[in-house]
Amino acid sequence: MRKIFDFHGGIYPPENKEQSLRSGIRDAGIPPQLIIPLSQHIGAASTPVVAVGERVLKGQLIARAEGFVSVPQHAPTSGTVAAIEDRLIAHPSGFTSPSIVIDSDGLDEWVAHEGVADYTAVDRADLLQRIRDAGIAGMGGAGFPSAVKLSVGPERHVKTLILNGTECEPYITADAILLRERADRIVEGTRILQHLIQPDETVIGVEDNKPEGIAALREAVQGTDIEVAVFPTKYPSGGEKQLIEILTGQQVPSGGLPIDVGIVCQNLGTAVAIRDAVLDGKPLISRVTTVTGEAVDDPQNFDVLLGTPMRYLIDLAGFRPGKKQRLIMGGPMMGVTVPDPDVPVVKVTNCILVPTAQELPTPPPAQACIRCGMCAEACPASLLPQQLYWFAQGKEHEKLEQHNLFDCIECGACSFVCPSNIPLVQYYRASKAEIVKMRADHDRAEASRARFEARQERLAREEAEKEAKRAARKKAAEEKARLAAQSDGAEDPVQAAIERAKAKKAAQQAGAEGVNEGDALEKAVASARKRLDTAQLKLEEAQQSGSDLVDALASGVEKTRAKLEKAEQALAAYQGEQPQAEAAKTPAVDPAKVAIEKAMAARAAQAALSPEEKARQDLEKLEQRLAKTRAKLEDSRAAGEEAKIIEALDATVARLEEKIAGAREAAGVAEET
Amino acid sequence: MSDFITQYPLLAALLALVSLGLGFGALLGFAAVRFRTEGNPIVEQINEILPQTQCGQCGYPGCRPYAEAIANTDEAINKCPPGGEAGIQALADLLDVEAIPLDEEHGEEKAKAVAYIREAECIGCTKCIQACPVDAILGAAKQMHTVITSECTGCDLCVEPCPVDCIDMISEQASLRSWQWTLPDPVSREVTIIATDATNPEERAA
Repeated sequence: MRKIFDFHGGIYPPENKEQSLRSGIRDAGIPPQLIIPLSQHIGAASTPVVAVGERVLKGQLIARAEGFVSVPQHAPTSGTVAAIEDRLIAHPSGFTSPSIVIDSDGLDEWVAHEGVADYTAVDRADLLQRIRDAGIAGMGGAGFPSAVKLSVGPERHVKTLILNGTECEPYITADAILLRERADRIVEGTRILQHLIQPDETVIGVEDNKPEGIAALREAVQGTDIEVAVFPTKYPSGGEKQLIEILTGQQVPSGGLPIDVGIVCQNLGTAVAIRDAVLDGKPLISRVTTVTGEAVDDPQNFDVLLGTPMRYLIDLAGFRPGKKQRLIMGGPMMGVTVPDPDVPVVKVTNCILVPTAQELPTPPPAQACIRCGMCAEACPASLLPQQLYWFAQGKEHEKLEQHNLFDCIECGACSFVCPSNIPLVQYYRASKAEIVKMRADHDRAEASRARFEARQERLAREEAEKEAKRAARKKAAEEKARLAAQSDGAEDPVQAAIERAKAKKAAQQAGAEGVNEGDALEKAVASARKRLDTAQLKLEEAQQSGSDLVDALASGVEKTRAKLEKAEQALAAYQGEQPQAEAAKTPAVDPAKVAIEKAMAARAAQAALSPEEKARQDLEKLEQRLAKTRAKLEDSRAAGEEAKIIEALDATVARLEEKIAGAREAAGVAEET
Repeated sequence: MSDFITQYPLLAALLALVSLGLGFGALLGFAAVRFRTEGNPIVEQINEILPQTQCGQCGYPGCRPYAEAIANTDEAINKCPPGGEAGIQALADLLDVEAIPLDEEHGEEKAKAVAYIREAECIGCTKCIQACPVDAILGAAKQMHTVITSECTGCDLCVEPCPVDCIDMISEQASLRSWQWTLPDPVSREVTIIATDATNPEERAA
């Protein structure tokens, strides 16, 4: 016999369970229209895979799961898809959710389905996939996808599998009737769960207010290693963490999950659904729901197709509308008021409660808290409800978290015992939502800050890269200029040409900018002198080392000296004529403009000439150039310049000769015509 | 040693105190160097409170510069409309100053919104991409642009540069996911808690 533990607090509200246990489970039949909300559990909404007007068979997949924490939906009966639209759902917000509406045809025609005869021969992953495909979500209340809960990694060893048959909330008898009538199926489902997660021990926990159920279950577990644990009735012993404490004496750590202490909890209804999915291949399309309350004549449990409108179900139980009529999904402690009776039954609807105004009266208005401490005595999570209440009123979120608000299971025991009728749970729910929202906002803010900073960094980096490129370009240009200035102009004709062009440009620019021409000349003298120095140095070195370049270097020195002299002369001449030049200089004459004007005048003059005249002119010019080049060539030969220069000059001469021949021909042709 | 103390008690005390002072001074000096705090920690804390929309409504180019201004130049704390009254309250608590109402000049507190580009009208000019402070707009020159909704802070900065006015700010719709319980109104008699052990008022009267 298992040792039964107790948990802190708890209350003993009137049970009101016997009303709905007078008769057995009744088949609710097929309503004319079924509404399947796509979002009816924790996790992502499913996506429809059928079109409006399509005929669907019972058990056919109509919406597939989106993501890991999501479950698919199946057609509860055969019929036609009438619409895919927003419909009201059983949610305290009174919001709509996209839903698939099916007009049933009454044939209840099954889609082809097949179970596994021997589940022990099937791979664990396959079994889990079957459970996932069957759309099974926890049927106790929260509706967490069961396959996710059962996907225990191999590194996690499960000590205890607990089947929750407690059903501690008043009025609800769905699990009690399941125990009475379908104990064998519960046990079969439990065996499958055992096979799936391989626990050391398996316990079905039942409160002692269900003697018939316990008897049936004891009989069904004969010959298995499943243990039935019976414990005294107290609300809320059906809370997952409370049940674990009752059966094992262990507490689930704050903010943790049962698996952290090696325990997996499943609801009885879920076990039956898993059995049907595995052994019969049937998806979750119906469930047992209690319809009770004084406003129905015949409170009882129905085997109801999911998507059945609640109105259809309460009418079946003999509903008598009264004034201030309320319709509650779930029990009186944790249930939510349904905005409209046309909302459908979903996977988590274990009870529909239709009380009269006398049965569950609107509580009197809340009075001030008198700090009696009864709520703290009743709290099953050992919290301090009145402190939480103060902090919730003052929106002191940090204090709320310090006082473990998130361990509150919202069972309502504190509100139940409060002599001032303060709706404590509502404060906690609101504060929890507020904190969750603030956390989400904070996470978002963090993310956008990170993005903003990353962007700033990127922009700075791009700017730096651009700057670096610019600097590199500038440096390369400088280097080139330096090299050009260093190398002797006579040594490389190309370089020399570039240099000349540059010098010209510089001079032009200098002129344009009004810089003294004399400066340029002075510079030329200075650079020539420098070149002479280096050349002399080289010559000395060569003489010392006895190199065969001595002669060439000597002539180079001579040449450079000549150049220097020339430059000095030019400078002297410039300096001499400076006053005149300055006097002659018209103010603000742009040399570029002058050049352009000159060129234009020349072109105009040329255009005025006849073709033969033009040709003759060309010829004359070319001949002049040829003569000049020949003279240069002679000079170079005489000076014993490098072969390169001579070659280049030779080539120029040849080219000019060719051109002259062409021009002569052209002139001749022009003369002939 | 003890002779010295008994002979010159004043000098001994002086020496002891001076050496203690030097010792602790050295220790403190070392600690100041060894455990130096980088930057101004208060800036970080202020920045943590600011909503990071980077919208510039405060007149600073981003939340961080505003945080720096608050910390270093006594800038008013009521210039952040996205942060709203709650943000001002948090800043006031942090800096231990009086909470002041939001400065209307810088805009008013609005519901959170997300930019939406009417894609058919987008000409692909990339101007909004350059304006977005959090890189939440995707696109390229002459290609259609779109907003990465989950990254959009709703700062409005992309709306103005758009040459064809194809960007809308859509405020967040109430949905099942965003719905939350509200604090009960103490005056209202609308109570969502169902069961109490309070007796029926009529029964009590009887």
